Amino acid sequence: MTDNQRAYWRATRRLTVGLLLVWFAVSFGAGILFREALDAVSIGGAPLGFWMAQQGSIYVFVILIVIYCTAMTRLERKFGIDQKGPEQ
Amino acid sequence: MSGPLWSWVFVGLTFALYIGIAIWSRAGSTRDFYVAGHDVPPVLNGMATAADWMSAASFLSMAGLTAFLGYGGSVYLMGWTGGYVLLALLLAPYLREFGKFTVPDFVGDRYDSRTARIIAVICALFVSFTYIAGQMKGVGVAFSAFLDVPQNWGIAIGMAIVLVYAVLGGMKGITYTQVAQYVVLIFAYTVPAIFISLAITGQLVPQIGFTSESVLPRLDRLLVDLGFTEYTQTTKAKIDVFCITAALMFGTAGLPHVIIRFFTVENAQAARRSAGWALAFIAVLYTTAPAVGAFARINFIDQVNETAIDELPEWFETWESTGYIDLDDKNGDGVVQYRAGEGNEVVPNRDIFVLANPQIAGLPGWVVGLVVAGGMAAALSTAAGLLMVISSAVSHDLMRMTFRPDMTDREELRWARISAAGAVVAAGLLGIFADNLGFVAQVVAFAFGLAAASLFPVIVLGIFWGRFNKQGAIAAMVTGLVTTFAYIVWFKFVDPDPAGWWFGISPEGIGFAFMWLALVVGIVTAIATPAPPDHIRQLVENIRIPGGN
Repeated sequence: MTDNQRAYWRATRRLTVGLLLVWFAVSFGAGILFREALDAVSIGGAPLGFWMAQQGSIYVFVILIVIYCTAMTRLERKFGIDQKGPEQ
Repeated sequence: MSGPLWSWVFVGLTFALYIGIAIWSRAGSTRDFYVAGHDVPPVLNGMATAADWMSAASFLSMAGLTAFLGYGGSVYLMGWTGGYVLLALLLAPYLREFGKFTVPDFVGDRYDSRTARIIAVICALFVSFTYIAGQMKGVGVAFSAFLDVPQNWGIAIGMAIVLVYAVLGGMKGITYTQVAQYVVLIFAYTVPAIFISLAITGQLVPQIGFTSESVLPRLDRLLVDLGFTEYTQTTKAKIDVFCITAALMFGTAGLPHVIIRFFTVENAQAARRSAGWALAFIAVLYTTAPAVGAFARINFIDQVNETAIDELPEWFETWESTGYIDLDDKNGDGVVQYRAGEGNEVVPNRDIFVLANPQIAGLPGWVVGLVVAGGMAAALSTAAGLLMVISSAVSHDLMRMTFRPDMTDREELRWARISAAGAVVAAGLLGIFADNLGFVAQVVAFAFGLAAASLFPVIVLGIFWGRFNKQGAIAAMVTGLVTTFAYIVWFKFVDPDPAGWWFGISPEGIGFAFMWLALVVGIVTAIATPAPPDHIRQLVENIRIPGGN
């Protein structure tokens, strides 16, 4: 690996870990572990913890992948990584 | 027109469409057959993945599950969507960059080991067969419930359709039929949901209606009055809720039929994008399902509880006569009592909530036909994806890569077609001989647990830890496979007493715990044995950098 590629890989891992922390927090955190505390607040007629488990976490999952795609495209441009895939 | 006639019209039209697509997208090479030529656009692959993923169980049972489990149903909602984040971030782009055809391909090449490849083949076949039996059964149930066709004939018709487009088109035919199937199934799911949401909450969008004051607070009160747990609570232990959710998430990310969908796109970037599209398309159904479930439970209580038996609505009688609702007027007062415990007189099958919803909400006959076609689309698309895993494991990983390396591309393609045909027949027979869907649902726990504990760890470590070697991979796969298999068999079939569960973790959730065990065993073994050779280190570096060969 060149230094440039190494830096790209380091940045990729950092991004991945950061997004996975959010992934864990909205599903296992808000939807399961701290649900009772969040249930004190309501969205319309739905307790927040319950809503996070059945609706909110799913929306956040989609947003996380969108952020990941955008950030990775930016990283690849920044480090000059070839956008085309390997020819098979 | 009556319901059955409409069902025939919709089922006939959609089946004709699938066959038409199959003829248009025939496969000419193994590359077409296994990975659809590597040139499926990300959006279309997202749709195909969504159809591939959402099975008969998602379509028919998801809403019913949440209707009965309330908060407890969240494990399936989060578990079967959250796995896509893991797929997008940890697996899909790297496996695409690797650029081969199957999951055992990656395991075999990355660990430079025929043994590892064969163990991965065993995992892939086991996972896929347990899963496919349920799909064929689902097709049979839909045929018998709506079209008055005997169940086994229904399975045979479903087999014939899949046979045509899987054998003819391989992954290419499957991809484009799955795109059509996604459109059919999502339309069939959301149309009744919108009508029911309008009827109960006055809101057009079910997800918004779900948060209305007239839904959850009312449902909580209704259920408590009838002696049930509140809808927004569960009786399950927190550790079990946590572990089941995690096992389903990691299992999703390790399922071969989902992973191979990402081999069909152009490059790593397209793989990331199509994972995003896939989850967005899946989320449409998965955020609608809990709303439909809550509405359906309210409807059910309103229309059935404390209603005189001779005044029950028409849909009730239809479904009671087909055995989906069980009614027993225990106290002989001629009125139905629906409640928790002893005094309960009515037991509905949870699958009816999607099937009967159009009737319960008083929708016209064509909507019923649409729902039937949607259920079939969900079952057939998933069955086809699983067939690809089975046939490519046999023709590519066993025949070409293990036993007959001198085979030509043309010969391999012939083997791929033969094994796809064989797999269809085997899957149909499994569907015919599986007694009921209940048994099938039980064994699905296997698929996720095994995928989480055996395939997921070796794929992720293979990408993110260059030092991980053959010995570690074999140790991890065997540990995950054996422990999860033993635990599930023991607590599902030998001694199904929850009191014996380790740390209160059910068989559905145990794959998560044993995944960690497999990781630890794999890592310790790898450290104790020699590092992988240089060409493997190079392979790992190449898959981390897009286009970096």
